[in-house]
Amino acid sequence: MELKLREEGGYAVIELSGEVDLSCSPEARKEILACLKASKNLLVDLSAVTYIDSSGVASLVEGYQTAKKQNQKFGLVGVSKGVLSVLQLARLDKVFPIHNSAAECIAANKLS
Amino acid sequence: MNKEQLVKLHLPAIPERLCLVRVLVKRAAELAGCDAELSEKLVIAVNEACMNVIEHAYKGDDSGEIILEIHNNGSSLFFRLLDHADPIDLDSVKPRNLEDLRPGGLGTHFIREIMDECHMGHLEGGTGNYLEMRKKIS
Repeated sequence: MELKLREEGGYAVIELSGEVDLSCSPEARKEILACLKASKNLLVDLSAVTYIDSSGVASLVEGYQTAKKQNQKFGLVGVSKGVLSVLQLARLDKVFPIHNSAAECIAANKLS
Repeated sequence: MNKEQLVKLHLPAIPERLCLVRVLVKRAAELAGCDAELSEKLVIAVNEACMNVIEHAYKGDDSGEIILEIHNNGSSLFFRLLDHADPIDLDSVKPRNLEDLRPGGLGTHFIREIMDECHMGHLEGGTGNYLEMRKKIS
C-alpha cells in the first residue's frame, strides 16, 4: 500500500493505492485519525486501491464515526468495483458518502 | 466424487504473507473454472479466515504457522485451514449484527456470506484449530 496526502478545496485528501490489508491498514488508520485530529474535513481516495480487507474497512468506519462525532465531513471517492463489492458485503455502501472524485464531491458539498 | 488437491501451503501466520494467500486462492479458483467475480469473493473469504487465525488464534504471535489446503471435486471447492494455536472459544466466533456500526468484526460475516458451508473445530489433543469451508462452483 502507498499513502499520499494532499489538500483540495479546503479538504484533506488521503490517496491510498495498492492492497489495503492487515499488514498496512494500521498505517491508513493512523493517517485518517491524524487528519481528523487536525480538525480537517477528510476524503479518502480509493481509486488506486486494488484490494481492501475487513481491517481496511474498519479503518474507514472508524474515520467516519470519528468525523461524525467531531462534526467534520468524511467521504470516499473513486471506489472501484472490487472495493465496492467489499463495502456491499459489509452493508456499508449506503453508509459512507461515496463520490466519483474529490472535485465532484467538494463541488456537490454532499459530505456528511 | 474424488477430490483433487489443488494446493497445500504452509505459511507463517503474519499479515505480510496474506498477499501470497490471495494470489494462490485466485489462481486456484480460476484453474477450477470459477469466473472472475467468484474468484474475487473466494479470495476475500479465505483472506479473512487467515486474518482471523493471525489475530484471534495466534493473537499476534508471529511464530505460528497456517496450513491452507484447497481441494476440488468438480462441483465444489473445499478450503481447509489449520493452525497450531491454543484451542479457541468456538462460541465466540460468530458474525455480528451489521446494524451495529463499528470498526471490526466483519471477517466472520464475509466468510459466511460468501461460502456455502463453514465448520470450525479443535484438532485432536488440543493441538490447534481447523476451519473447513465449501463453495459450490458448478
